[in-house]
Amino acid sequence: MTPLPDAEALLEPLVASLRPQLTPTSAMIGLYTGGAWLAERLHAMLGLEAPLGLMDIAFYRDDYHKQGLKHDPKRTRIPFDVEGRDLLLVDDVLYTGRTVRAAMNELFDYGRPRSITLAVLVDRGGRQLPICAQHCGARVEVPEGMRLRLKRTADGRLRLELEPHAA
Amino acid sequence: MPRNPQLNARGELQHLLSIEGLPREILTQILDTAESFVGVTEREVKKVPLLRGKSVFNLFFESSTRTRTTFEIAAKRLSADVINLNIATSSQSKGESLLDTVANLSAMQADVFVVRHASSGAPFLVARHVKPHEHVINAGDGRHAHPTQGLLDLYTIRHYKREFGGLVVAVVGDVLHSRVARSLIHGLTTLGVPEVRVIGPQTLLPAGVEALGVRVFHDMSAGLRDADVIVMLRLQNERMTGALLPSAQEYFMKYGLTAEKLALAKPDVIVMHPGPMNRGVEIDSSVADGPRSVILPQVTYGIAVRMAVMSIVAGN
Repeated sequence: MTPLPDAEALLEPLVASLRPQLTPTSAMIGLYTGGAWLAERLHAMLGLEAPLGLMDIAFYRDDYHKQGLKHDPKRTRIPFDVEGRDLLLVDDVLYTGRTVRAAMNELFDYGRPRSITLAVLVDRGGRQLPICAQHCGARVEVPEGMRLRLKRTADGRLRLELEPHAA
Repeated sequence: MPRNPQLNARGELQHLLSIEGLPREILTQILDTAESFVGVTEREVKKVPLLRGKSVFNLFFESSTRTRTTFEIAAKRLSADVINLNIATSSQSKGESLLDTVANLSAMQADVFVVRHASSGAPFLVARHVKPHEHVINAGDGRHAHPTQGLLDLYTIRHYKREFGGLVVAVVGDVLHSRVARSLIHGLTTLGVPEVRVIGPQTLLPAGVEALGVRVFHDMSAGLRDADVIVMLRLQNERMTGALLPSAQEYFMKYGLTAEKLALAKPDVIVMHPGPMNRGVEIDSSVADGPRSVILPQVTYGIAVRMAVMSIVAGN
């Protein structure tokens, strides 16, 4: 197995990839929890005018009937009008694509964006839906039964970690 | 020790029957989830797809417009199908038993029963007999409990005061007949409110109410001093005829919340009331409509709290 990339080192290239795409109506939304941390960094680095939006997709998950509401959902806050925006949706790890689908469903309950682009720190493959990231920091292979998570240290630095998948 | 009838084998909330006996973590989970739903209710599209395809039956054996309506709105905002049954005018009057009614609705593929009943304990009885995938929410049973009202009161207090530690909460009026007061007091003590006071005439306070962990006051002025939160209870008119009280006027003089009495509490006190209000009996209009009143926000938060309860139980 190849070692996990350094999350901090992936930020600059991701910003460089996003910057040419920005329009006057661009706005960013990060998905809790890891995607929100990442989005806070990218939002600051890009100097976006519209304040950062943060979204918890718990109420739009497709596995509610199996899983229920296990974690206390955070409150989604989108401090700008979604209508007509070019949205940059940010998540830490792209895997099955189900989170992104749920996020898009939720977004459309706020309005009709002009476009949505997906930016992720890492893509671990394993897609179950026709979803892809337009901006991706790195591709990572994750062993069976393991879960890739983004962590934030006390001093605010981001770090990727592998952990066994909870049953 | 017998298992708490509200929790499943994993300790998760399967039915909401009473605040009494619920651990702090579950109360906090409900309040946190409700906060996220408040965000949903402030959007243009006030609906999420969580309970799509599920059926919520509002079983009201005792009439109530507000509570039934807020449960109905909550279920609809979760995309559930809602069926309202006003049983007082339905098959119960033809003699069908409570459990037969529930069994019939269960055969119609129910997922959630919201039960209001004049008899204390009726929702517990229903919860004992439903199928494992069915959930019961108590919408008020006799004099016993009204947990979603208690929870929305707790939500409102947390919203305005941020923390429960350090608060002085005064509950004023007919505690004896109030299932709202009982549920709220249990919630307040579980969440660590250091001082809960009950204020009212001897005849309207339950004997041994101190055992709930509250301080008792018969003098309203003393009881309101430095309060952070005042919860006024509805004085049910029928109590007047039951010789528990001399007259509405006299009650208002001693226990009605007026601007003068309100001034004894902290300057940033909030005034709550579960509704429906009797203006000029337990509360003066100038207070009910005044700047310290959060009575209408309570109603709004009640929807988010009921969404939280439904989505948590229906998922467990």
